Amino acid sequence: MNVFQCFILALKSLATSKIRALLTMLGIIIGVAAVIIIMSMGNGLTNELSDTFDSLGTNTITVSVSGRGSSRSISPDDMYEMAQENSDSIKVITPTVSVMGSARIGSEGYSSRITGVGEDYLTLKALEMDEGRFLNYIDMAENKHTCVVGAYFNGMDAFDGEALGSYIKINGYNFMIVGVLKNQSDEWEDDGSADNMILVPYSTAAKLLSRTSQISSYTVLARSEDTITAAKNAVENALYKAFEDENAYTVTSMAEQLDSITDMMDVMVTALALIAGISLLVAGIGIMNIMLVSVAERTREIGIRKALGAKPRHIKLQFVIEAGTTSTIGGVMGIILGVILAQVLGNYINLECVPTVGTIAVSFGVSAMIGIIFGFLPANKAAKLNPIDALRND
Amino acid sequence: MITLKDVYKIYYMGDNEVRAADGINIHIEKGEFVAIVGQSGSGKSTCMNIIGCLDTPTEGTYLLNGIDVSTMDENELAEIRNKMLGFIFQQYNLIPKLTVQENVELPLLYAGIPSEERHERAKFQLKRVGLEGKERNYPSQLSGGQQQRVSIARALAGEPSVILADEPTGALDSRTGKEVMEFLKVLNEEGNTIVLITHDNSIAVTAKRIIRLHDGKIVYDGPSDAPGAVVNSNVSFEDDPLLIKKREEARLRDEEYQRAMANGITHEEFDAYYEELLKKREAERAEAEASSENTESPFVFDVDEGGSEE
Repeated sequence: MNVFQCFILALKSLATSKIRALLTMLGIIIGVAAVIIIMSMGNGLTNELSDTFDSLGTNTITVSVSGRGSSRSISPDDMYEMAQENSDSIKVITPTVSVMGSARIGSEGYSSRITGVGEDYLTLKALEMDEGRFLNYIDMAENKHTCVVGAYFNGMDAFDGEALGSYIKINGYNFMIVGVLKNQSDEWEDDGSADNMILVPYSTAAKLLSRTSQISSYTVLARSEDTITAAKNAVENALYKAFEDENAYTVTSMAEQLDSITDMMDVMVTALALIAGISLLVAGIGIMNIMLVSVAERTREIGIRKALGAKPRHIKLQFVIEAGTTSTIGGVMGIILGVILAQVLGNYINLECVPTVGTIAVSFGVSAMIGIIFGFLPANKAAKLNPIDALRND
Repeated sequence: MITLKDVYKIYYMGDNEVRAADGINIHIEKGEFVAIVGQSGSGKSTCMNIIGCLDTPTEGTYLLNGIDVSTMDENELAEIRNKMLGFIFQQYNLIPKLTVQENVELPLLYAGIPSEERHERAKFQLKRVGLEGKERNYPSQLSGGQQQRVSIARALAGEPSVILADEPTGALDSRTGKEVMEFLKVLNEEGNTIVLITHDNSIAVTAKRIIRLHDGKIVYDGPSDAPGAVVNSNVSFEDDPLLIKKREEARLRDEEYQRAMANGITHEEFDAYYEELLKKREAERAEAEASSENTESPFVFDVDEGGSEE
């Protein structure tokens, strides 16, 4: 009596009571499907996140200067100088000033992302020009009222496709559009999303449009992934030299942020999957229950088998494998259901939800194990039956 | 081949000791056809369980093919059952969800015989019992007689030393029962050792030798055509409750008779006198019972009265 024969026997015995088998499996099916869906969505979200971060540039480092606890300050020129000195690790640096304000074209108001940037911003964000030119050193040095806009503006009725050379009024000041960027996303939502932006010289932004004239944030692009740490250290050193207080600034790299966010996601997904996993435990108890009923029903069969020479371990093997087969089939059905549902759900929320091979393998293994573990007690009970009493049973 | 030496099987039901086998000595040679006969409760099932290695004796030794099986553990017993014994049960005991072929293969499966040989041997045995072509059927598709023949084929498949048939005709009509017995006879003539367990004398006479059990003891062991084989000569009725009651009644009557004679009542008058006396006693008892209902603890009173009655 080998494992394969037991397996065939188990399939046969399951086939004789299909509805009961299906109901027994239902717990496993639902539990595994839930785990697969959660893991798929987690996987999809993590992928989506790292894609987003990739598009932002994982080699970028953001610097935020608060100047807290120190009367000193650091100027953009100092920062540029620092970047120059560390040009082996730092590719480019640009100050960034976010502008609180509104843009008006003619008499109409628009909400748009307005940022004061340096001339290297184009390289840093890997943007491309569609028309005109990007902001240059002269614009910065002379605080010129020039700006570069996203492709969204070209599509506006106010410009009729000819934004270049027109004027935008920002917080009351007129800015001439000197360049238009290529569109970044194919679809524009109502607000134009990624292509709805206005870039102005950081010096102008700091002077006219920002609440404080201090330039408080910078974006640094490292030469490669390998120089991120070196670049970060260089920036930190320069800032420490200037402020002599670590609380006066923060330096974070995108790579670090991505790591911490994906770590958090992983913890969350694992926690959710564990909760779904509890239902597998319940399903296991269900299997144990049905197996106990099955042992009671088949007492006579067990008696016959024992009379014909089955040893306790033969009987045990038969029932353990039967429970294992039940849960494994349930697990496979759950995996299939989970993958399908994850796809459907993914389509609905626009996320590519595909489970990893590891997730599927673990789900399969866990469901097989559940049957074997929870089948053990009933199988033991069957193996211990006295053949005389078992044969007398009706 | 089979030797039971001073075998006892003692159960305890509460404080009561039940001797299901009370010092049994049996020796069965190879090629014998033995019927173990007895009423229900005579210990024949215990005997069959011990011979069938389904149970071990409380005391005594059981040698099967010279091997002492009385002290074996569960696994060893399973192996002995598998290799040396073939069972034929009253209820056929086929597994309903297995085909006829698979049922016959079952003991071979547990013996670890490769599938090719299993198929061959099962096929051969089914042919032997005249069920060729029914291999793929399920037991429920066969008649009772056919099912019993499947179970005979299953018993034969392992080529056992002993075939144990427990009431093999119990679930069959007399004609098919007879057929099965004829078949067992043929098997015995072919050299198989057969032990038949039955309560039915008409079945038992098919065997060459009869062992009759009563209250866990052997009361007859000899050829089936001897006069004592069928008639249960050795049974005593000493402990028959009806008999005890009758005796007690007779004793009481004798006592009263002596007393009546002393009081000058003649033999002719006694019958009427005794009847009267019994009626009077009955009335007294009824009265006592009625008064007992008024007492606070009727249970205790009942016990007392029961004692006085004896």
